[in-house]
Amino acid sequence: MKPRFRIERRLEVPSWMNWSIPAGAVAVALAAGAVLLSFLGVSPLAAYKAMVQGSLGDAWGISETIVKAIPLTLAGLAVGLAFTMVVWNIGAEGQIVMGALAAVAVVRYAFVDNSLVILSLMFLAACIAGGLWAGFAGFLKARWNVNETITTLMMNYIAILLADYFIYGPWRDPSSLGFPMTTPFPDAARLPVLGGTRVHVGIFLAIGLAILFRVLYRWTKWGFELRVIGNNPNAARYAGINDLKNVVLAMFLSGAVAGIAGMTEVAGLQGRLQPGFSGGYGFTAIIVAWLARLNPMATILVSFLLGALLVGGDTLQVVMRLPLASVQVLQGLILFCVLGAEFFRNYRIVFIRGGE
Amino acid sequence: MESERQRPLVQMLGITKSFASVRANRGIDFDVFAGEVHTLLGENGAGKSTLMNILNGLYQPDAGSIRVKGRECRFSSPREAIAAGIGMVHQHFMLVPVLTVWENLVMGLPGLKAVLPKRDVIRKIGELSDRYGLDVEPEAQVWQLSVGEQQRVEILKMLYRNAEVLVLDEPTSVLTPQEVRRLFDTIRQMTAEGHGVVFISHKLDEVMEISDRITILRSGEVVETLPGRMATREMLAEKMVGRKIVFAVDKAVLNPGDTVLEAEGICALNDRGLPAIRNLSLSIREGEILGIAGIAGNGQKELCEALTGLRPIHFGRVLLRGKDMTGRKPMDFLQAGVSYIPADRKGTGLVGAMNLRENFALKNFWRKPYARGPFLSWESIAGETGRIVERFGVSAPGLGIPVRNLSGGNQQRLMLGRELSGTPDLIVAMQPTWGLDVGATEFVRDQLLRQRERGAAVLLVSEDLEEVLALSDRLAVIHKGEIMGMVEDPRSASEEELGLMMAGIRREPAIEGEKAR
Repeated sequence: MKPRFRIERRLEVPSWMNWSIPAGAVAVALAAGAVLLSFLGVSPLAAYKAMVQGSLGDAWGISETIVKAIPLTLAGLAVGLAFTMVVWNIGAEGQIVMGALAAVAVVRYAFVDNSLVILSLMFLAACIAGGLWAGFAGFLKARWNVNETITTLMMNYIAILLADYFIYGPWRDPSSLGFPMTTPFPDAARLPVLGGTRVHVGIFLAIGLAILFRVLYRWTKWGFELRVIGNNPNAARYAGINDLKNVVLAMFLSGAVAGIAGMTEVAGLQGRLQPGFSGGYGFTAIIVAWLARLNPMATILVSFLLGALLVGGDTLQVVMRLPLASVQVLQGLILFCVLGAEFFRNYRIVFIRGGE
Repeated sequence: MESERQRPLVQMLGITKSFASVRANRGIDFDVFAGEVHTLLGENGAGKSTLMNILNGLYQPDAGSIRVKGRECRFSSPREAIAAGIGMVHQHFMLVPVLTVWENLVMGLPGLKAVLPKRDVIRKIGELSDRYGLDVEPEAQVWQLSVGEQQRVEILKMLYRNAEVLVLDEPTSVLTPQEVRRLFDTIRQMTAEGHGVVFISHKLDEVMEISDRITILRSGEVVETLPGRMATREMLAEKMVGRKIVFAVDKAVLNPGDTVLEAEGICALNDRGLPAIRNLSLSIREGEILGIAGIAGNGQKELCEALTGLRPIHFGRVLLRGKDMTGRKPMDFLQAGVSYIPADRKGTGLVGAMNLRENFALKNFWRKPYARGPFLSWESIAGETGRIVERFGVSAPGLGIPVRNLSGGNQQRLMLGRELSGTPDLIVAMQPTWGLDVGATEFVRDQLLRQRERGAAVLLVSEDLEEVLALSDRLAVIHKGEIMGMVEDPRSASEEELGLMMAGIRREPAIEGEKAR
């Protein structure tokens, strides 16, 4: 029996597929999730309603979604920069942690009363720490062709455990009654927030950097070089572009932007360093960058939607009394479908009519 | 008995195949009888490869049928095709370099025992080699063999699998003239033994020599099938292209000027770290085309890269207008006015996913007026790209479409336009007409001659002997990274002599020859 269909590579992707395929994928995921929710004895409709209500239904929900979208955007831009030149920086999580660690160190050892000065110092330190953390992996790749996927992934764990060492050890707040957390920041070292929400000024940094990246890719020589390297490294060498130097530079910048995300998290939200403060933003950022097709502006939108998914999941836990694991399964389903649907963008299925 | 002879070995009827919006084959009828060479002639993109890949089971036709000895067949893989007696020798060989010849032959055969029947295989190879004149050492590892020998292994592989129909895809493009003659002997022996051969080529002389029948394809359709003895060169070319073709190259007589490029005893390695260029010296003057002839893979690519700063030079020097450029970066060569047209358009010369503007910017983004400080001026880039598209006749729906959607000829025109637009001092052109149709080939050759008249120095590397002979002012033959001989007047060179040099036999200066005697 011969197969009745075959799979062909698409030569061109119609533009309407750019939105219809992800939308269709979300629909499939929600349908699959509905089955799961009914098994848990919850009305799927009510659950989805609660998710939307919780994340987008009122001002508080939206503000919480934005709070999550800020680090996602920053980290998404960071990994997107590396991905543009086909360097797989999957170490944004570690770079976020290093950025946060550096910011805390500045507050601890170089505190100045002037808010602008201390915040600038924290910003700078976070950039350098995150940048060096990623740039080191870039250097290893450029110098000895060490696989950056492995190094950046492994350096995540080094960074996270390093942070744990400081939180549980020398930097622990003596008045925390044994809880693992560093001393709270003085007010001068906190990022201002908007209105009565938890949305901090990091939002302007995120949007500003997205615009900057857009200009970088589109209008500058360096951005052009990065895109050529990513699309065809042979052509880059042929055009006299130094791809090795650019790998190190781009990785440094990528890590620096991820480091900023770490700094804004500690200075904007918690005001101190706690274990697991990043909550996996660095990993989710990989999905963000991918779904946004490395487009800086789309990164903002995708981050917002994924932020809503995270906040909606939290609501589900509270309102529907669902266990955390089942919420994560639901989130996983949606991401799985959206990423899996990419297949249909690149390939099409052709049914064979007639037979032998 | 009679009916057996009249029935074709393979018959393809009404084959139609589309890729997205391109119809590569439209209702093609094609057949091969036992004992004949049926040539498939056509320009690139005419649909030859698509048709043969359908016969070989790599593609499935949208419509039409294939009959093998009268029985309807459908192949979903090359394995099924070979089981039905149809074997294809691809342009790029499908051999495992680290395995021996006999291991390559049995590899992938169905029903193979755990212990390979080495003695039987080698005995059978010996029989086949003797019968068809396919000499090859069965215990040699494939990487040790020359390209011609590897091709023999590929043919043996198909015969070993009892192929009755052999499809040879551009088999002569990698051979010296002597090796071509030898291949033709093998083909004649195969047809004498009752095999059918499909010969794919665009070299008209060869086609006329070997073919019993010739089928000409143009834009996916059969133009005509005619007996080989009735064909003339002009007629075939005209049917292939659809208009009259002038073969002569019009070349002005020029007096070369100052020396532009000098290479003094350079040595360079290939990508695997083995010596590719050995103690090679050459020089080119203004208004001169230096041709480099040789069989593919004898260091041509490495030579081009060494002369454009893309490959490190381990010994020797490269001088541009007397200035030592050894060890300088590719960007320094670009800034010194060196243009490079690589053979590998899609892999090196262009970025397929980027549009026409961006591909123009590729080699110009660093210079004024296309760059302003750290920023790019897309306006001036677009302006110049538009001028190139017009001047070089690139047919594209717009400047904003990815160049991978352009045909090979248009890609080459765009790349050529980019490389020649900045009035370069030295042009290194490798296989500039490879894979182009006759019309585009004429155009490219004409552009190179114009650059020569303008006073540029041109290094022309080509495996097409006819091309280098027609265009070059001087000609060097390269073999294993060394220059075997320099021909001061290419038009008077004999093909026999060049063939010997291409095979690695050094041309001794007359005086030394007498001394040796």
